[in-house]
Amino acid sequence: MARAEAVEPRFQPGDRVAVRIAYPPGHVRTPYYVRGKAGVVERLCGVYGNPEELAYARPGLPRQPLYRVRFRQGDVWPDYGGRAGDTIDIEIFQHWLEPSP
Amino acid sequence: MTADHHDDDHGHSHEHESAHRHPPRADLDDTLTYYRAMEIALRELLIDKGVFTADDVRKQVEDMDRRNPAQGARVVAKAWVDPEYRKLLLHDGGEACVVAGLDRGPYKLVVVENTPDTYNVIVCTLCSCYPRWLLGLPPDWYKSRAYRSRVVREPRAVLREFGTEIPDDVAVRVHDSTADMRYLVLPQRPAGTEGWSEDRLAGLVSRDAMIGVSLPRRP
Repeated sequence: MARAEAVEPRFQPGDRVAVRIAYPPGHVRTPYYVRGKAGVVERLCGVYGNPEELAYARPGLPRQPLYRVRFRQGDVWPDYGGRAGDTIDIEIFQHWLEPSP
Repeated sequence: MTADHHDDDHGHSHEHESAHRHPPRADLDDTLTYYRAMEIALRELLIDKGVFTADDVRKQVEDMDRRNPAQGARVVAKAWVDPEYRKLLLHDGGEACVVAGLDRGPYKLVVVENTPDTYNVIVCTLCSCYPRWLLGLPPDWYKSRAYRSRVVREPRAVLREFGTEIPDDVAVRVHDSTADMRYLVLPQRPAGTEGWSEDRLAGLVSRDAMIGVSLPRRP
């Protein structure tokens, strides 16, 4: 696969990131409940075809880095009733992430 | 029923018993829903066009039905007895499947380990992603909207409904399988199993313990 067909990873494990607040139409694999929330990159999973393209029988290019991002449950759900240390890890593609302070 | 049943004069004739005049109970397997009709139409079209045969379809179904949680239990039990294998399983789940004599699987396998401080539970909020090559078909509740929407928001309450009480000093980690990874929980090895063989240990590893809604069976 040519280099230009895959996007270079811009985040590393430990980086603080926020999920974009966006509501594009069509097939999107970024859950609603995490949009606008900030978390920490747990790992880079690899580089995968963009599901928003693949869903419509297009080639899914450029391929996108996919991360596991760890969120504190208290940051995702303001009324979370569990413990402070509880977390949720979600796979999120790079084009849905931006750096977060 | 008493021994003198046939002496009772209650008008229950044998003619009536053999006649079956009550309406037949409807079969539940003949509901032709919209999507079922679509599936049949598409399948028949693809068979007519020679893309695959009816026997190919049957084989795929047979293959899918043959997979079951025993495969997952094998890798868990192996990780319990072999520290090097445990490291491999946590580092590269697919390779660990191959080493255990199983399929690598069509997706990357991420294995998350329960520890005295951490308890893991898996969900796919967007659909029903599941490591089928290790666990077989997902249970219906895993695909239900109730499980998918609630376990991310109130995992401790959902786990309690499964009979799994997580102490306050143990962090609950939910993993939402939203894209190209598939997940397996590596539960803690139950106490009192010292010296057990891999096969015997595998018998303690339930499907639900590998999804993370339950603990392994007790010895």
